Amino acid sequence: MSEKAESSGYKGEALNALRKAQCQVGDIIRVTSKGKIYEGILIPRSETGDGKHVVVKLKSGYNVGVRITPNVKIEKIGKGTKPAFASPPLPEQKPELPKAVILSTGGTIASRVDYRTGAVRSALSASDLYGVVPELADIARVKTEIVFSLYSENLTPQHWSQLAQKAAEHIAQGADGVVIAHGTDTMAYTAAALSFALQNPPVPVILVGAQRSSDRPSSDAATNLIAAVQAATRAPFAEVAIAMHETVSDTSIAITRGTKVRKCHTSRRDTFKPVNATPIARVSNGEVTMLTGEYQKRDSAKKLILKPKFSSEVALVKFYPGLDPAVIDWYVEKGCKGILLEGTGLGHVSKYCFDAIRNAVNRGVVVALASQCIWGRVNMNVYDTGRDLLALGVIPSDDMFPETALVKLMWVLGQTSDAAEAKTLLKANIAGEFSQRTMPDKFGVEGEDSDGN
Amino acid sequence: MAIDYAKIGLKVGLEIHQQLNTKAKLFCSCPPALFKEEPQITFLRRLRPTQSELGQVDPAAFFEFQKGMRILYEANRATSCLVEMDEEPPHPLNMEAVEVVLTAALMMNMQPIDEVHVMRKTVIDGSNTTGFQRTCIIASDGWIKVGEKTIPMQAASLEEDAARKTGEEDAGKTIRYRIDRLGIPLIEVATAPVIYSPAEAQEVALAIGMILRDTGKVMRGLGTIRQDLNVSISNGALMEIKGVQELDLIAKVVEYEVRRQLGLLQVKEELNSRGVKAEDLQQEFVDASAVFQQTKCKVIRKAMDKGQMVLAVKLPKFGGILKRELMPGFRVGTELSDRAKFWGRVGGIFHTDEMPNYGITVEEVEALRKTVGAGNEDAVVFVADTSENAHDALKAVVERAQEAIAGVPAETRTAKEDGTTRYMRPRPGAARMYPETDIPPVLLTSELMEKIRANLPEPGEKKVARLMKEYSLNEKLAKQVVDSGYAALLENIVKASSVSATTVAAFLTETLKALKRDGVQVENVADEQVLEIFRAVGAGELAKEAAADVFAWLSKHEDKSLNDAVENLGLRLLSKEELEVIVDRVVAENKRSIEELGNKAFGLLMGAVMKEVRGKADPDLVARLLRQRLR
Repeated sequence: MSEKAESSGYKGEALNALRKAQCQVGDIIRVTSKGKIYEGILIPRSETGDGKHVVVKLKSGYNVGVRITPNVKIEKIGKGTKPAFASPPLPEQKPELPKAVILSTGGTIASRVDYRTGAVRSALSASDLYGVVPELADIARVKTEIVFSLYSENLTPQHWSQLAQKAAEHIAQGADGVVIAHGTDTMAYTAAALSFALQNPPVPVILVGAQRSSDRPSSDAATNLIAAVQAATRAPFAEVAIAMHETVSDTSIAITRGTKVRKCHTSRRDTFKPVNATPIARVSNGEVTMLTGEYQKRDSAKKLILKPKFSSEVALVKFYPGLDPAVIDWYVEKGCKGILLEGTGLGHVSKYCFDAIRNAVNRGVVVALASQCIWGRVNMNVYDTGRDLLALGVIPSDDMFPETALVKLMWVLGQTSDAAEAKTLLKANIAGEFSQRTMPDKFGVEGEDSDGN
Repeated sequence: MAIDYAKIGLKVGLEIHQQLNTKAKLFCSCPPALFKEEPQITFLRRLRPTQSELGQVDPAAFFEFQKGMRILYEANRATSCLVEMDEEPPHPLNMEAVEVVLTAALMMNMQPIDEVHVMRKTVIDGSNTTGFQRTCIIASDGWIKVGEKTIPMQAASLEEDAARKTGEEDAGKTIRYRIDRLGIPLIEVATAPVIYSPAEAQEVALAIGMILRDTGKVMRGLGTIRQDLNVSISNGALMEIKGVQELDLIAKVVEYEVRRQLGLLQVKEELNSRGVKAEDLQQEFVDASAVFQQTKCKVIRKAMDKGQMVLAVKLPKFGGILKRELMPGFRVGTELSDRAKFWGRVGGIFHTDEMPNYGITVEEVEALRKTVGAGNEDAVVFVADTSENAHDALKAVVERAQEAIAGVPAETRTAKEDGTTRYMRPRPGAARMYPETDIPPVLLTSELMEKIRANLPEPGEKKVARLMKEYSLNEKLAKQVVDSGYAALLENIVKASSVSATTVAAFLTETLKALKRDGVQVENVADEQVLEIFRAVGAGELAKEAAADVFAWLSKHEDKSLNDAVENLGLRLLSKEELEVIVDRVVAENKRSIEELGNKAFGLLMGAVMKEVRGKADPDLVARLLRQRLR
């Protein structure tokens, strides 16, 4: 096996044996072990697999791992052919359709499988996208751009800034809507960040992802993407929002405000739930229906205000019984400018943390508090502890859940380094992150009907 | 006419699937069970064909996707979780199931795979919520002995069973599937295509079935075993026949399939001699609604009243061909009709070979022929439905007719209960398989293999010898018990009750066979219930003669208990006192015979009493009471 092919995951005895037989991934090989013959294509090996087995794709399509011992014979009997992903021809762009931009951050919103080796290839160019989701050609003139190729857990506030600038560029060039394909794990953080960074947008900015990878027939990627492009190009609102399955059925996609949406389930399609809010729109049967009258209107005459800076000197400290307050001291020592406390219930942190909090505030750190209950509003006037925290200078986050409150604190400290000014900004409703009224809607995922009809 | 199978080059391969009776499903902890009630959870999905770079998309599935096919899944909380709903990644491979397959594989002399890789086999008809079936090869390359012949075994695989179809809605555009069955472990064993006659196919299937049963971990009953056949003859085509549920049907299915292919080859010759070419068959469809304005045909009337249409197509020089019988009750016309139903979602087609019929008059047929410009040597196929469905249906009809000119088209067919087969879908292309990356590969360690080798079930012959020795069964009965697969149950019953092994063995073989012949669904009665029946017999609470009646009753009342059966059948045993009253009465009624015959009257009296109390009294006790009175 050549040096280049080593990226295919083989190591140890298996790699040595393959090298000796001069076999490369994709070659047709014959492995003779214990008197039995396994013939087929040499398949790449998972990086976490051991170095003792060679994986062969048999003629039947099955992969089998054959243990390599000194008695096992490997022969190369045919040269492999490189998988050729031919893109379908680009469909005719229909000039009457609105213009959509799809920015990709690295999730595989659209991808194809090479059944020969099992490799999954992302489809990110416009023509690839049309090939995988041909319906797009009837909805919009789509332009695509790869901004990063990263798993969403590897995105940082710096990436939010870049993404905001990229979206602003395309809006300035006249896009009728921006769609951002994003891994779902941190999509809600990015949605909140863009909500603060892209103010007064003339068109919608819709984040979209998939809970089932797009190489499988049951993937939610295409349905979500189609709905996102529909909302981005046709919806009457102009805000940052997330478009994902509303239920476990493929029938409706909920559009939820970027500051009020959270990933609430590790695996379900309807993982994104509005928190202390309801979806602002629903896409179903190709139609966008507004579910509220309270939204920022689409208006191409509007001037986008771009505020893409975020401070990374912000920490999230979750209170739990027994939390060592030295953690707070450590952050202050490290030069943190803001700390978001994730308190309990209506907004509490144990008295034994008070000294550390007082010290932080005295050192000019902006300390805010959101509740780990996620749902509901903090109210720090009810119990002594809350009142004491207020007296220490802790800013309550009202009905923002911790992740949005954290992102807001990062954004606020990206705008100003003055603590007093930061506190004022923190309390202002910038991107619909506060709602004045807490409604008796269902909360949590458990209370939701799993029936999607 | 007997068919010379060697001469026509018959080759059959078998693929046997059987559900495993494990504690949990293959990729989650749900029990492997079905439910009959209304579903508690429903959800709607669409499956999108994932294109490979070669454009290998299952044509049937892609067609259905384009038509907007949706799937309505039904579930309940007892039998499925988020894994079956494709809302949670699969859990690791169920090792109990792996061990069962390894056990069967070793009994078939196969070599286990060193490292098992779970694959995704693309299936987008909706039967899998994911759009693929998870499957893995556990062992390969073995053999079994069937009579004198050695049958090479290709592989033993472990896969998840699919959801079961429960219906269709909106004119076939929404298909309902129930996901209770999804994820039940299935063993699949495949033979090489080395079987050369229908009878042999059945023998081999029986032999494989016995090995699977010997593992003691397969499910029994209708729907738990499915036999797929690959059948081909020289000049014919390789036919994949799915879902033969009854073992006894295999030979018949093979025979009918051979007859069908031979019939199609004759049709081909006939068409060739008539000089029909594929290009003579055009997709030129004619709206013939006007012909049927006043029709008495109910099907057409109903369609017209709904504003639908009658669409017709001419099949040049096909006159008389469509009525040719290929299998019992199955004509060339049926071949066309099956395609039309599948691709056009229509209820069926009409054709001129079967006219006049169904309320369609000679005049209408004549007018129809005129409308499409068909002569008497031509056939006309017509269909009444929506324009879209009718066009799709006739397009499929023309394509099938073109294939008839070339011979036998390769298809995937499904087996019916009468042994005939029907079109199911086109043969899928090369297996579209790719790795299931959510499940880590499983090492089959030498420790595991040693454990399985040490616990292999006793081979059949040894078991027969042991049953003869330990339970004093005669050879014939011992062999029958082993062949029936009830050996383990027999041993359990004999251990748990005082009933003689011969009685139990006779019940488990001859009695059950007779009941089955009478239409009793023997698989509906759980082993545990059979055990209970004999426990009651042994304890003197139930007459052994009543066992068959109780069994038959339980098979029809699946949720009921032994007590319910005894109550309902009035089989509660009579007390000695109650019995004595009857015996005394019979003796009194037959006084004269007793005086005449003396002790020889015993047989007569015994018969008279038993007539009244059969199943409610132990005959030995009756005899004893009678003898006391005759003394």
